[in-house]
Amino acid sequence: MNLKQKIIIIDYGVGNTHSVSNALFFLGYRHIKISANETDIKNADAIILPGVGAFDEAIKNLKARNLDILLNEQVKTRKKPLLGICVGMQLLAEGSEENGWHEGLGWISGKVKRLHLANQFAVPHVGWNNVTSSVQKPLFMNTIPDGHYYFDHSYYFDCPEKNISAFFKYGIKIAAAVQHENICGVQFHPEKSQTNGLRLFRSFLNSIS
Amino acid sequence: MLKKRIIANLVVRNGIVVQSIHFKKFLPIGEPAIAVDFLNQWGIDEIILTDINANILGNPPDFKLIRKVSSKGYVPLTVGGGITQIDQIKELMHSGADKISLNRGAIHNPDLITKAASVFGSQCIIISIDAKMEDNEYKVYDYATKKTLNISPAQFAKQREEMGAGEILINSVERDGSYKGYDINLIQSVCDAVSIPVICLGGAKNAKDMIDVFKKTRVTAAAASNFFHFSEHSVITTKAGILKHHNIRIDTYADYQENTFNEDFRLKKKEDAELEKMLFLKIEKEII
Repeated sequence: MNLKQKIIIIDYGVGNTHSVSNALFFLGYRHIKISANETDIKNADAIILPGVGAFDEAIKNLKARNLDILLNEQVKTRKKPLLGICVGMQLLAEGSEENGWHEGLGWISGKVKRLHLANQFAVPHVGWNNVTSSVQKPLFMNTIPDGHYYFDHSYYFDCPEKNISAFFKYGIKIAAAVQHENICGVQFHPEKSQTNGLRLFRSFLNSIS
Repeated sequence: MLKKRIIANLVVRNGIVVQSIHFKKFLPIGEPAIAVDFLNQWGIDEIILTDINANILGNPPDFKLIRKVSSKGYVPLTVGGGITQIDQIKELMHSGADKISLNRGAIHNPDLITKAASVFGSQCIIISIDAKMEDNEYKVYDYATKKTLNISPAQFAKQREEMGAGEILINSVERDGSYKGYDINLIQSVCDAVSIPVICLGGAKNAKDMIDVFKKTRVTAAAASNFFHFSEHSVITTKAGILKHHNIRIDTYADYQENTFNEDFRLKKKEDAELEKMLFLKIEKEII
């Protein structure tokens, strides 16, 4: 474990940045920045893209700060590890149908769609659900099997099986975590999932050499 | 499987957590940050913090307080009271809130619901409704003016869902602080009217009331304000009682699965021989 890692939490106006920073601070990391600054992003060892918000608002805010271009260079070209959370995860998709069709970053194939479920399943999907992982590295190395994580969303990432590293059940099987090369995303909120979430952050950050 | 949630509602007045009785009497409990710290350690599923004075005094949300309490909890935090503008919601999110609840805002400024939902998503917006019985009918109650509105909580909830609300928190003025159990009819009427998740509040005395409301209604979460403050490990012992009837989340190390409870869901003492054995149990602290 390297507590000197430089971690940047991308500040683009719609994330619960303070909650993510609290969780990382608890784990002992002291080089955490909440920022949208170019130098901070370039200097970081790991990037976290948080998110509470509507997709169109999130992508609009990201682009307004030129973060799509900056992140593309750091993540796609320089292969820096990135973890997207909730809407931050959905932004990795080709696009979303929330409030009309909006294009995403397109780093992981698939689209973000509205949850259409049987009547007994209330939408938004809010609360603690079990997450079953199929790929352990890098997110689920330190976690317990089928642990509880906190979800709060009305849209889900419909993506190819090969990119799904964990799923949850809510009437149907849905992607809880996705990954492709150095890019990971989780639909749930690890920063709000007590010990299980903290274990996941540790797992992600330990995977970075 | 998605678990039913057990939520603690912290009623805050002038920066202090209070015990509220019928929306009239307020007894001091203590520091919000300390309450959040304990609730978090005891494995609460979610925390709602409601400032009941901000709206009456015309104050904005207390961002400093939210910053302080949010650093003590790694569970979702919903903040209500004093919210009148989108910018305040943004500031709350930056201060550690994960969701917001609108009560008077939902009555007097319904546009705010739609605007907030379009920026933050519906899942971020809880509409908190206080209900009062008048002429044998449930009515929406405005706690600041102490007047009822000529609309039923069910109808009000339905309208707010259409405006973009993501969850409904339904509270009963009569049951508030009464320990008489939840108002099942009121809660059922709201559950029947909407397809978004409903959280019930008001009147819970112990685990029995939560078991009951989960059995009789479709609520996805049961909230309580007062009784969590008055006993050690209150959240875990409550959850242990509920778990025998409904599948809920217990992730804490101590889970009271081996314990027995009396009819009031208070812990029964273990046998002396059992306690003797426990003296020598070594519990390693997990290093994440």
